[in-house]
Amino acid sequence: MVTEKDVEHIAELADIDIDKDELVTFTHQFNAILEYFDVLDRVHGKDAITRDLSNVMREDQVEPSLPQEEVLRNAAAQEDGFIKAPRVM
Amino acid sequence: MAENEITFEPDDRYNAFLTVCNRVSHGKGKLAGITVAVKDNISTKNIETTCASKILKGYVPPYDAHVVELIKKEGAAIVGKTNLDEFGMGTTTENSAFGPTLNPCDTTRVPGGSSGGSAAAIASGMVRMALGTDTGGSIRCPSAFCGIVGLKPTYGRVSRYGLIAYANSLEQIGPMARTVSDVSLLMQVIAGYDRRDSTSYNKPYTHTPKADIKGLKIGIPNEYFGEGVDPKVANVVKDALTQLEHLGATTVPCSIPSMEYALAAYYVICTSEASSNLARFDGVRYGPAADTKKSWHDSYQEVRRAGFGTEVRRRIMLGTFALSSGYYGKYYAKAQIARENVRKDFARIFSEVDVIVGPTMPTIAFKLGEKSDPLSMYLADILTVPVNLAGIPAISLPCGKVAGMPVGIQIMGKPFDDERVIDVAFAYEQAVK
Repeated sequence: MVTEKDVEHIAELADIDIDKDELVTFTHQFNAILEYFDVLDRVHGKDAITRDLSNVMREDQVEPSLPQEEVLRNAAAQEDGFIKAPRVM
Repeated sequence: MAENEITFEPDDRYNAFLTVCNRVSHGKGKLAGITVAVKDNISTKNIETTCASKILKGYVPPYDAHVVELIKKEGAAIVGKTNLDEFGMGTTTENSAFGPTLNPCDTTRVPGGSSGGSAAAIASGMVRMALGTDTGGSIRCPSAFCGIVGLKPTYGRVSRYGLIAYANSLEQIGPMARTVSDVSLLMQVIAGYDRRDSTSYNKPYTHTPKADIKGLKIGIPNEYFGEGVDPKVANVVKDALTQLEHLGATTVPCSIPSMEYALAAYYVICTSEASSNLARFDGVRYGPAADTKKSWHDSYQEVRRAGFGTEVRRRIMLGTFALSSGYYGKYYAKAQIARENVRKDFARIFSEVDVIVGPTMPTIAFKLGEKSDPLSMYLADILTVPVNLAGIPAISLPCGKVAGMPVGIQIMGKPFDDERVIDVAFAYEQAVK
């Protein structure tokens, strides 16, 4: 069982703003979905994927990239050729 | 009008398109002058690409997806971008921020999803072909519901470069059309190696469909005809199997025990990947402006609250929860083992049969608004998600009707055996033509 407090905490972690009405609905839905997920308790097997897979790497070489104006085209806030972001500190 | 230019002014009464390109020039090649619609989660240079989300309204990609480059090179006329469930999250195309798409076979019903716009554009005759994407059935479900053909290729066969990611380990871009030959033709163009997708596999598709299936062995999983599957739908698919037997195939019963938890595993994995992928939407590099005067956290929450629809927010939260400390072992780690068990079940069956066949969807297309509860909507994906977990190819094609609505037969193949899946579909299509 997850509580409204749990859901509020998850919303905070995920940066998903949530209001009181939604909280009730989401909590109710989450509990139904998580109850369904409990079927995974019946899964048995090794806890690592044992397939023979390897990472795909490439040389770290500089290649042609998009021009600056193309990259900035979709950014709503800009200053001096940079993308402007909200303050972090 | 210049040579090699077409005018496209469709009567889009189904809301299949989010963007229509009225005048399109095109080159020469395998797809010369053929109208192709592109699902709106696939990047198209200089054409708005929204993923049916308010958070990408107005976003104009500065580059083409690999598949878009390829179809342009072969002369395709890209006539528009099609509607979808926001970021591909849904089974009906009702989760679009720009209104639902209607099913051309019955406008009181959904076209399926999430590639519902692509399916409706084809089924209504507005375009000849379309690109869709399939994370848990998003090509096959709308193909079944609208009565067209759609292929989910083997994972790795088609580059995902330029596809706006929802669940990378599950999703593939694939071809949709009215006929198996057209699906095969579009697959010829889009398959092949691309170094910009690190999961791309070097196996081009150069196949032309062949209708000979004498000696083919078909596995019939009992889970695809049991509880939760409308018996009328099951019977239509069984009739199609009889038809395949008449063409020289033999059928054997089989079982996929991991189906018991495949759907739960799928939803844990796709929401977990979504929670990571969708973290990039913050209104800074693209999307609605973030308030740069506020703190990062406040501004970020504001943009995402206003920009994401309810289902997207629900899935981001579910994924965040499944990956959170204390729950990771119970959900995500278990889901990965379950996924491996699904893959092993398929491998075991494929050591004895060539293809596995069942219905694509457990029912015909739902009425608009019928699936209002998220869990009941998720449960509708039970027959399509195992394929994505295993990374194998599968096609849906029409095989009859129930209550006047199309039913899709799903043909699943061995990894990288997309050609065989196409041949079986082609044999059936030619026989019932």
